[in-house]
Amino acid sequence: MFESLSDKLQAVFDKLATKGKLTEADVNAALREVRLALLEADVNYKVVKDFVARVKERAIGVEVMESLTPAQQVIKIVHEELIELLGKPAPLDLSGPPPNVIMLVGLQGSGKTTTAAKLALHLRKNGQRPLLVAADIYRPAAVKQLQILGEQIDIPVYSEGTEVPASTIAKNALRHAREKAYTVVILDTAGRLQIDEQMMQELEQVRMVTQPRDVLLVVDAMTGQEAVRVAQGFHERVPITGLIMTKIDGDARGGAALSIRQVTGVPIKFLGTSEKLNGLEPFQPDRLANRILGMGDVLTLIERAQEAITEEEARAMEEKLAYGDFDFEDFLQQLKQIKKLGPITDLLGMIPGMNKMAKAVDPQMAEKNLKQVEAIINSMTRQERRNPALLNASRRRRIARGSGTTVQDVNALVKQFREMRKLMKQLGLTGSKKKGRHRGRRGPNLGGLMDLFGG
Amino acid sequence: MFRRLFGKKEEKTQDEVRLEESLQKTRSGLFGRIGTLFQANEITDELWEELEELLILGDVGMETTMELVQRTQERVRREGIKSTQDAYLVLKQEMVRMLEPTEPLHIDEPRILTVVFVVGVNGSGKTTTLGKLAYRYKQRGRKVVLCAGDTFRAAAIDQLRIWAERAGVDIIAQTPGSDPAAVLFDAIRASQESRQADLLLVDTAGRLQTKYNLMQELEKMKRVAAKQVHKAPHEVLLVLDASTGQNAILQAKAFKETAGVTGIVLTKLDGTSKGGAVLSIQKILGVPVRFVGTGEGIEDLAEFDPVAFVEGLLGE
Ligand SMILES: Nc1nc2c(ncn2[C@@H]2O[C@H](COP(=O)(O)OP(=O)(O)OP(=O)(O)O)[C@@H](O)[C@H]2O)c(=O)[nH]1
Ligand SMILES: Nc1nc2c(ncn2[C@@H]2O[C@H](COP(=O)(O)OP(=O)(O)OP(=O)(O)O)[C@@H](O)[C@H]2O)c(=O)[nH]1
Ligand SMILES: [Mg+2]
Ligand SMILES: [Mg+2]
Repeated sequence: MFESLSDKLQAVFDKLATKGKLTEADVNAALREVRLALLEADVNYKVVKDFVARVKERAIGVEVMESLTPAQQVIKIVHEELIELLGKPAPLDLSGPPPNVIMLVGLQGSGKTTTAAKLALHLRKNGQRPLLVAADIYRPAAVKQLQILGEQIDIPVYSEGTEVPASTIAKNALRHAREKAYTVVILDTAGRLQIDEQMMQELEQVRMVTQPRDVLLVVDAMTGQEAVRVAQGFHERVPITGLIMTKIDGDARGGAALSIRQVTGVPIKFLGTSEKLNGLEPFQPDRLANRILGMGDVLTLIERAQEAITEEEARAMEEKLAYGDFDFEDFLQQLKQIKKLGPITDLLGMIPGMNKMAKAVDPQMAEKNLKQVEAIINSMTRQERRNPALLNASRRRRIARGSGTTVQDVNALVKQFREMRKLMKQLGLTGSKKKGRHRGRRGPNLGGLMDLFGG
Repeated sequence: MFRRLFGKKEEKTQDEVRLEESLQKTRSGLFGRIGTLFQANEITDELWEELEELLILGDVGMETTMELVQRTQERVRREGIKSTQDAYLVLKQEMVRMLEPTEPLHIDEPRILTVVFVVGVNGSGKTTTLGKLAYRYKQRGRKVVLCAGDTFRAAAIDQLRIWAERAGVDIIAQTPGSDPAAVLFDAIRASQESRQADLLLVDTAGRLQTKYNLMQELEKMKRVAAKQVHKAPHEVLLVLDASTGQNAILQAKAFKETAGVTGIVLTKLDGTSKGGAVLSIQKILGVPVRFVGTGEGIEDLAEFDPVAFVEGLLGE
């Protein structure tokens, strides 16, 4: 389990009892943790070194503000520096006479072909007429892959098979684009290692004949320490103008983006957030900084909830809550939804302020509790689930036997359920009045669930 | 000399040679420098610090790096080692020990039908590895069938078909979008009946380990296999890109939990990345590396040999 940086810093300062200004000793102790957090996030060792030095310079002697603890003060500085280094988001360069060329480059499997299609979709939404070009003549079925993706979003794909050199395909594609008045040409190139001389020459040729406005390096969010040398390798041969980091829908911290940004100075342009073709987002420095620091990421939680839970499910639940007729059937349903989101401790870890709690919860115990609760509810009859008032002593004994639990366990659950329902009634009623239609964009209500692990 | 230390034969196998060749490139790099370090310096604190830095740069990860350095330090102290050369050997030994598998690979055991799943995150090299494995085992006289279990990714089936052709083996596939478990069911049937195969290699769609539904799909595929073939899948290989950083550990953990991963294939080791994360994976999860991918060609797959791996990384 990741322990968040803020928790670690809190522990450091608990020992130091800092007041007034941050001393060098405070800062040094704190920076050890910052360094570790960044390394865990795959920020390059040398980049971490420079970064920590910068933070140190800024932090020593800083007045600890009234409103913040020293730990929060250091986090604030680290966060600000990180955002500064990550830089501002930059748009695509479409300033040339059309067709503007965008060329995607990167290691094998980083996500170039998928990202090419995503960019095409994005550009068309912005009023452009994009043309996709299949310039990967090596990977088995690479051309077919791009053709299928193009078909899915109804964007034409230029290809000449795999017997023609990539630079020839690119050149012809450009001519084709001019004739047909396409405004943007997106080149999908083969994945390659930055040390593969022959393949890097090919890339130079493609660049020479197409003069792209944008050469975008596509990097996997899971990339480790080598990201720096990979980026430098590409940058030396085909000067890159921007970075796209893919697969950030997982739990990789994405420190490579910071490293690459540091060594090349090019802006981060987009993030890939899904295998699906609408999974492309403009880069937001703030969110990426949080992610790299392993800070609570509510947005990720919400996104995950949205992926796992259908709109109807969410809306039905919302209505139930609003009318206060939440019963054990709904409770069971909700448990199932929550289980879909992943291990419970991961979820807690994503909610700011819940990190401590996530640690206090023993994941095995939590999952066991969940199972027990499910077993108890499963042992109820339908009527009992719908109308918990029916649950008298003898029914409770039967349920305990049926679920392999004790009457105390059943009692505890019923009590918790009652309190939860009271709470939800309040939340539900006020919530639905204020918000009205919520477009179904709503995560599960975690409030009640927390109680399950409270004790 | 190191080889003798482990009582290995002097002859290098073809696998070892290929692996070393591909790793030659990295010798001049960071790990290579560890060797120089040990030759040039006295055993000082600085040396240990620098060593720590170099291991981290190899994606070994903080925790494992600390442990490796500490263990080496302890042994150096305990055994009264004075020369940096010998300390170097101790480090190598510790790394190799960490990587040594405790169980043999289950693919080679005699069995009517052996089922192997290949799983992993998106783009790690699963389909390519499947093609290479098919070729490898066909060369060894096995009757291999490929199962096109990735029905999601655009052209994934076409890609696998090309590999099946290259390797000269049969492939069982359905149309894109069909249920992978159903494809698997068919493939097992066909392997047992019409194709008379003894090795079924199953491709699966790339999935990030945080996607609950997709991970459940793997569990379902496992159940289907287990129902049809005794103790199947017999191996579940996690394909890991060597350039992956610390997320590799989370990947291995999650895929072990849901898919029951039994081994790692470390791909793209022909690049400059070191794949040091496998040390942590072996240490924390006890999942051994079985093969390494060293290129995009059908023969670019080598059996993993911890000694050759560490030697290649650190340089002689
Ligand atoms: N989850 C997720 N998967 C992605 C994302 N971008 C790409 N992928 C997946 O990553 C895998 C590799 O993507 P490709 O687009 O084929 O990668 P590539 O760089 O073109 O690969 P090569 O041409 O072989 O070098 C596929 O399974 C994609 O579906 C993303 O943002 N999120
Ligand atoms: N250099 C190098 N490239 C490799 C190696 N193994 C695979 N690749 C390349 O990596 C890219 C992705 O490989 P795939 O086999 O399609 O990966 P995958 O895991 O099946 O991808 P998805 O099915 O999209 O998740 C391709 O361009 C392969 O040629 C290797 O050992 N070395
Ligand atoms: Mg591609
Ligand atoms: Mg594949």
